[in-house]
Amino acid sequence: MAFYRPARWQQTAALVVLAALLALPSLLDVLDQSYYIGFATRVLIFALAASSLNLVLGFGGMVSLGHAAFFGVGAYVAAICQQAGLGEGLLVLPLAMAVAGLFALAVGAVSLRTRGVYFIMITLAFAQMTYYLFVSASLWGGEDGLPVYERLRLGGISLAGDAALFFVVLGALTVTMLLFSRLAQARFGRTIQAIRENETRMEALGYPVLRYRLACFAIGGAVAGLAGALLANLSGLASPNLLQWTQSGTLLVMVIIGGVGYLWGGVVGAVVLLLLEEILLAWFAHWHIVLGLLLLAVVLFAPKGVAALFGRRDD
Amino acid sequence: MTDPLLEVRGLSRRFAAVDALKDVNFTVAAGEVHALIGPNGAGKTTFIHHLSGALFPDAGKIHFNGSEITRLRMHQRVRAGMARSWQITNVFLGLSALDNVALAVQGRPDAGTSFRFWRPVDREARLFEEARTFLEQVGLGERSGRLAGELSHGEQRALELAMALATRPQLLLLDEPMAGTGPEESARMVELIEHLARHVTILLVEHDMDAVFRLADRISVLVNGQLICTGTPDAVRNDAGVRRAYLGDHL
Amino acid sequence: MTQLFLEQALNGLQFGLMLFLLAAGLTLVFGIMDCINLAHGSLYMVGAYFVAAAAQAADSFWLGLGAGVAGTALLGLLLELSLFRQLYRRDHLAQVLATFALILIANESVRLIWGPAPLLLNPPESLAGPVEIAGFFYPAYRLVIIACGLVVAGLLYLLVAKSRIGMWVRAGAANREMTEALGINVRALFTAVFVFGAGLCALAGGLLGPLLAVQVGMGESVLILAFVVIIIGGIGSIRGALVGALIVGTVDTLGRALLPTLLRATLPADAAATLGPALASILIYLLMAGILFFKPQGLFPARA
Repeated sequence: MAFYRPARWQQTAALVVLAALLALPSLLDVLDQSYYIGFATRVLIFALAASSLNLVLGFGGMVSLGHAAFFGVGAYVAAICQQAGLGEGLLVLPLAMAVAGLFALAVGAVSLRTRGVYFIMITLAFAQMTYYLFVSASLWGGEDGLPVYERLRLGGISLAGDAALFFVVLGALTVTMLLFSRLAQARFGRTIQAIRENETRMEALGYPVLRYRLACFAIGGAVAGLAGALLANLSGLASPNLLQWTQSGTLLVMVIIGGVGYLWGGVVGAVVLLLLEEILLAWFAHWHIVLGLLLLAVVLFAPKGVAALFGRRDD
Repeated sequence: MTDPLLEVRGLSRRFAAVDALKDVNFTVAAGEVHALIGPNGAGKTTFIHHLSGALFPDAGKIHFNGSEITRLRMHQRVRAGMARSWQITNVFLGLSALDNVALAVQGRPDAGTSFRFWRPVDREARLFEEARTFLEQVGLGERSGRLAGELSHGEQRALELAMALATRPQLLLLDEPMAGTGPEESARMVELIEHLARHVTILLVEHDMDAVFRLADRISVLVNGQLICTGTPDAVRNDAGVRRAYLGDHL
Repeated sequence: MTQLFLEQALNGLQFGLMLFLLAAGLTLVFGIMDCINLAHGSLYMVGAYFVAAAAQAADSFWLGLGAGVAGTALLGLLLELSLFRQLYRRDHLAQVLATFALILIANESVRLIWGPAPLLLNPPESLAGPVEIAGFFYPAYRLVIIACGLVVAGLLYLLVAKSRIGMWVRAGAANREMTEALGINVRALFTAVFVFGAGLCALAGGLLGPLLAVQVGMGESVLILAFVVIIIGGIGSIRGALVGALIVGTVDTLGRALLPTLLRATLPADAAATLGPALASILIYLLMAGILFFKPQGLFPARA
């Protein structure tokens, strides 16, 4: 795989899309299609979650099948805080990130001692453990999950309106992508990508490889936690289903469709997958069969994902 | 005589039922070029792996620069001043030659932490200035902008040396630096190692006997996991045991 | 208390043996082919559906079991030849994606064919009642499952430890390149192992069918338990799979049955009520983490 270098056309395209998205709520309002604001918010939240996995998988080279655990933990942290009456986003969102990130740090500390097939299975097992923990935690609603009755406020401004939440999510995604783009070019990004390419070589250059891997894993977990907290506010529920390993699989599918290790891979993948779902589900209730066949086709015929069709990462 | 830079005492390692290394005692003095030779399967690569920290011994101790490193991990040994190259070329093909060496400079403790998330590494001029001096030392100054994947095999081997040098080692472990190089590239590599030997202590594992006898101050011979002889090239050339065990069919 | 313990220990043994049937095929696929197969649980689910459907059609549990196992093995053969052969050479990410896709296809196809409601699978009538052992009653059918599990585990042990094919399989798990270099037809070996694993999945699915609901999604939770078994036992090791499966089976079963009682005896009632089920459900994962910490390669690593 190549190392990330910023491409000017991508930055320009991102700015254009950002401008269009800023106008989206008013546009949908005019067209009387406000339902789609919620859908667009959902897409952006998953873009955030998938991008956080892309950092771990694409840049760090760690095939984690447990990423949904951090996503779900973030959702629960938000729901628990908000039920307890703590509704200030400037507190709750960083707290969700911190808890999810620390949890990722603990999971990573055990699972990063292993490689390959082992690592995949262990991350999966830890995620499943977390899932069972929340399912059996009657204190937090058990299988029913924990409802969020009142959305967050941000600096005192309520996010009860769908447009307000949309703008906050858009802001979170924009800031995250900016940070990821810088991180990928900075020392840290250079280091984790080089570890992905050749771990032993990096160790022989004096790099404490495990520490960088672990940091990358934890940052990915923290950002997934942010996405989870936002999703709990959008859907009004922190559900154990968010932690299910099929959810990790879905995030993985998004990253692969979008292009593993391409900066925008997670975003592109989330948009493509959720749009496909929205369109195909209306047409064929068993759309997962279609999706499964599409994925098999991607594996067999387009191993680099959709983003790879648009251009090389090192343009 | 001063304390040796590297001292190995009683190093042993078994794989299943095979003694890969058996009670190896070995020293490298500061400033010398020490060559380790031996027939295929003698345990040379296993030995290098134990020195660099890729493998750990069943028994024995390794001292480096006055302190024990037997249980240190690879990256800690590098930071203590020991660098290595591999039999197979081991560079980052997707990065330019200069980026490769800059990455090695960046890994050094005195270059600061790599937990930096904002400033693009390309703008860290100091890393690249220093990297350039190492590339020039190995004769790749003109090729710095090329992707490592586009360099010739010999150039890639030289690049690997530059990366090892960039960690500012006191001891350089070179595992068959001539492997796979043509005669011309080989000659250049010998010159290069001669040049480097003025600044750094070198432990050289090599099959090319011409190169070994030209470069080495001392030679050690490893046969079946045991060190059978250490001495000057002349002494080794004339050692009866060595001739019988190994050199007989080469010289 | 003694009776509860004995009964739960037998349940744990039975669960462990069924986990072994699942983990045995999977650990060999991982170990020999270095291929991750998430769809192994789907073979278990499809196997259970095949058995249930065939048993209904034939009006005989045992005929249904035989037909279901054969059908699943055939499906395994088709999958191996059409897809997995191409996956062995690919990286783990491609394997994860492709087998995840298989799960989606399998779940949705089953829902399409048999509908969302669970399928009923009745045990043979002669085994429906309990039998008395050592002064307490235990369901006859569960005893039969234990017996089946023991027989298959024994046969599998003989096959892998004593036969020539088993020797190849072990050699393949320890060092694949060397085995290929020795001129063994690794392709055919892979196919045989995969098909055999698929058959074992269906056997487990069919046997457990009368105890659990035959339904969509039943494969995923059991798949992860099989993973835990393999992680504990060590990839590629049949012995490790057996030991791991028995550990996971008994610890999980006994934990769920006894832990709440134990906690009630030591903790305040409300704390025990919240903590008990939660702790019981994650017990085996904690165990896995503990074992990994001391033995990152599992208890019986196949590769030195």
